[in-house]
Amino acid sequence: MGESLGVWVFIEVNDKKIEGVSLELLGAGRQLADKLNVPLAGVLLGDGVKNLASDVIYYGADIVYVVDDPVLKLYRTEAYMKAVISLAEKYKSEIFLYGATPNGKDLASAVATDLSTGLTADTTMLDVDLDKRLLEASRPAFGGNIMATILCKKHRPQMATVRPKVMQALDPDHGRQGKIIEEELHLREEDMRTRVLRIVKEVTKTANLSEADVIVAGGKGMGDPQGFQLIHDLAETIGASVAGTRDAVEAGWLPHELQIGQTGETVTPKLYFAIGISGAIQHVVGMKNSELIIAINKDPNAPIFDVATYGIVGDAHEVIPKLIQQFKELSKEKGGELSYA
Amino acid sequence: MHIIVCVKQVPDTKIIKINPKTNTLDRRSAPAILNPYDAHAVQEAVKIKQLTGGTVSVLSMGPPQAVSIIKKSIEIGADKGYLISDRAFAGADTLATSYALSKALERISEEQKIDMVICGKHAIDGDTGQVGPGIARRLDMPPVTNVIEVTEVKTEERKINLKRKQLGGYEEIEAQLPCLLTVEKEVNEIEYAPMPNMIKAARYEPVVWTVDDLGEVDRSQLGLKGSPTVVGKMFTPPRRAGGKKLEGTIDEQVKELTGLLREKQDLFRFNVNS
Repeated sequence: MGESLGVWVFIEVNDKKIEGVSLELLGAGRQLADKLNVPLAGVLLGDGVKNLASDVIYYGADIVYVVDDPVLKLYRTEAYMKAVISLAEKYKSEIFLYGATPNGKDLASAVATDLSTGLTADTTMLDVDLDKRLLEASRPAFGGNIMATILCKKHRPQMATVRPKVMQALDPDHGRQGKIIEEELHLREEDMRTRVLRIVKEVTKTANLSEADVIVAGGKGMGDPQGFQLIHDLAETIGASVAGTRDAVEAGWLPHELQIGQTGETVTPKLYFAIGISGAIQHVVGMKNSELIIAINKDPNAPIFDVATYGIVGDAHEVIPKLIQQFKELSKEKGGELSYA
Repeated sequence: MHIIVCVKQVPDTKIIKINPKTNTLDRRSAPAILNPYDAHAVQEAVKIKQLTGGTVSVLSMGPPQAVSIIKKSIEIGADKGYLISDRAFAGADTLATSYALSKALERISEEQKIDMVICGKHAIDGDTGQVGPGIARRLDMPPVTNVIEVTEVKTEERKINLKRKQLGGYEEIEAQLPCLLTVEKEVNEIEYAPMPNMIKAARYEPVVWTVDDLGEVDRSQLGLKGSPTVVGKMFTPPRRAGGKKLEGTIDEQVKELTGLLREKQDLFRFNVNS
């Protein structure tokens, strides 16, 4: 274990652009590396991605390991795993972070198996125990009512996938210097057992959700589909996007794409209405970074009030119609818009 | 075509309660169910079998009570069920779980070669999604995770076409058989179980194996011993500097709220539709 050095971040690239979560992880990784007094490295794989290496440094890395190979043009487990394993075996790291995206999770699971090491999924908090040089990777557990800190005591690297939008990226420092190390692997296309035939971009409701400025989300407290209709009514009144909790999705009131939380989407709108939502951690991790949170719940002790900027204690079925009416009245005063910014 | 589905018995997390004093899970409070994603995995295997012919087997690791989810899988249409159950498996994290399951899969493949393994995207009690890809590595099969559609199974060519969920859309993938898939719920709708399946399930007794039945196994890679990760501590998350609960009647609160929102007019812009 003595030779294990450095904090690594897998840099996910799609459409020649670094994913936001990778930049966030460089920010989080920088803090861990500083505490441990070790270098921070980015692992950059792809075809024609070399030019992105300087960005990885600007966002906090000291070293960038680059494998540029036509076989790595599009993500495939087998090709990416081979590249990561060969780097991990040659250079060693003590902590290795991946974004909890479909590709990041897929890759990390495969790499952890081959390296016989521990992997914590969907982490939302990261820290280190300096004495033991242990990564403390915390995540919501058991459907999301408590947090569990997962440790990997004896195996290296300690690996974790981290939820997008919970860590903070640094502002890029364009004067920052670092080392770029290129490796050649000579991967062969004929060794690959999968082919990506086509990539289809869907401007789904999910995409709209992550861009939305205002989201109205409903939970179990809405009671039934008729009750949940009030969520749609309020959203329509103020031009917001509709979302909901796992319970609302499981009850069939809402498609899965519109679920906010640990097993759904993470959103950071400017305004988030949490209505009839108790505030289980499972849900809260997906919305707590919203700028302004309004909670409406009839239980004054509901944990959602701990994350809310403003809370109304009351029955959503009574509050929402009044809220809609009030918005409409205000908008009349201002000629159709509540805000005249 | 021999398709094996890995299934897990999980507490229904929708219903489960946490003991507020000890912060631990009150497992008795929740009924044990077939992991919902795994139900879709079984359904997909049955759908593929209807096209290609062959056998659908299910495999689970768990306590003896996990027989109930194998029966559930038989109801959906699986032909055969295997349960590996042994104290030696207890306390396994994802790495040790994928090891134990892959050993059982190797044993099953000695009886009948495996063409495809299907797993649910993740189990709702752990939410990790790491076991499926782990099994794929151990059996040296190409994994395709987050599958939302099985488009075509080309038995002659030994290939399968799939749609895989991706950031901002999906990708179409062609994979060689044998391969391992993990499926999202969108992949299919669970169909009502036909009566003959129900009758078969009620009487069905799966093959139950202990560690000793699995052939050559490195016991140090099983259960708690074989698990590199441990739970350090459990805690309720740090509370955010609490918000402001508004006061007064509902009408007063609603008025105050809209007033407060107007003050934040630099933040966002409503277009109120009347």
